[in-house]
Amino acid sequence: MNLDFSQIVPYIPFMLEGVWVTLQFVIISIIFGFILGSLIALVKISDIKGFKFIADAYTSVFRGTPLILQLLLIYYAIPQLTGYDISPFLSAILTFGLNSSAYVSEIIRAGIQAVDKGQREAAEALGIPYRPMMLKIILPQAMKNILPALMNEFITLTKESAIVSVISYLDLMRRAQVVASDIYRNFEPLLFVGVLYYIMVMILTIAGKYVEKRMRASD
Amino acid sequence: MIKVEQLHKSFGENEVLSDLNTSIERGEVVTIIGPSGSGKSTFLRCLNLLEKPTSGHVFVNDTDITNPKVDILKVREQIGMVFQHFHLFPHMTVLDNLTYAPMTVKGMKKDEAVRKAKDLLERVGLSDKTNAYPNSLSGGQKQRVAIARALAMEPELMLFDEPTSALDPEMVKEVLDVIKDLAHSGMTLAVVTHEMGFAKEVADRVVFMDQGKIVEETQPKTFFDQPKTERAQNFLDKVL
Repeated sequence: MNLDFSQIVPYIPFMLEGVWVTLQFVIISIIFGFILGSLIALVKISDIKGFKFIADAYTSVFRGTPLILQLLLIYYAIPQLTGYDISPFLSAILTFGLNSSAYVSEIIRAGIQAVDKGQREAAEALGIPYRPMMLKIILPQAMKNILPALMNEFITLTKESAIVSVISYLDLMRRAQVVASDIYRNFEPLLFVGVLYYIMVMILTIAGKYVEKRMRASD
Repeated sequence: MIKVEQLHKSFGENEVLSDLNTSIERGEVVTIIGPSGSGKSTFLRCLNLLEKPTSGHVFVNDTDITNPKVDILKVREQIGMVFQHFHLFPHMTVLDNLTYAPMTVKGMKKDEAVRKAKDLLERVGLSDKTNAYPNSLSGGQKQRVAIARALAMEPELMLFDEPTSALDPEMVKEVLDVIKDLAHSGMTLAVVTHEMGFAKEVADRVVFMDQGKIVEETQPKTFFDQPKTERAQNFLDKVL
């Protein structure tokens, strides 16, 4: 055994900063993905044929190809195509936001459609228009299905975010690699950021459990 | 108040309603009975367009609601509906279930809606459940709240789609009593039901349906004592 954690001590602030960098783009991606995903979900449950097809195709492509491929396409292919030199940060947000919106749209669609269709009929029979029906009757009930699944999506996104290291974005993962090549030691920095990832995911998991419990309280 | 002309309804190839013609007068209590799958519920649901007729016309107060130009939400304000499975809004209290539609649809002031709701809850005997959530109620209580919720919109006509079919037997009476009370108050009612005793006692008219058609339409006494058709006779032999 040749382990020496004292060697990474000077690099700890540098790596801890990676937590914030990772969280920063994950949070922006989540918000971006959530807004776009909600819009796509609305299209999916609507009756507009052409739009519905586009929304389904969009989801299918983003779910059907590797995330790392999407990332490399956006980071390397956009400059080649347009001449616009896209930053790693923007590529990361774009990739994760677009990818996440595909998953989120499915989560929201399924959540809305899982609400008993009698609820909609009851609202219609009372003469309640579409907007208030959706906002006050259907969506509050759909949230019960949506929120736990959404928390899962956030957890997945946080873990998967590590692949942005391949486009040299200085996230938590990339910083571990930088430290590793500086001190010619891999195990210590990788283990260190591994623990950091685990703590982040655990915090999200506990928050998710809490949300789920709150949702169930009204049953 | 309701007039139905040459109403047809098909689901794909399957014709569930064929050429229905009938009407419901103001203040009348009509029960619709018949075997399962005879199209009773579909017919009822055509009266507020929860089901879209394939062809034919439904007039509500002389407005043809099958005309796409008609604002169906406005028409539905005048037609209350009670479902077999209640469909109360589970995330709202009983009081909010009753006040939400009058406030949202009719723009009723909150204190007025609350006052009306409390009156209605008293009428259906559930004053003590004002702030309860639907999931804490029994089936019979849920259905009485559902009736009160429909009444809160002050409809001219109430549709009941098998209101007691999902209830435990001991709860049927409490719901039927509320409906009877409504019938006696002069409200116009159309009730799809399997409760023959109720049809006999309360209805002004019985509509007997079988295989998507209205087979007989007459006073309850005549229908139950001397049904004219063999199909009605067979049905009554089975259920009485």
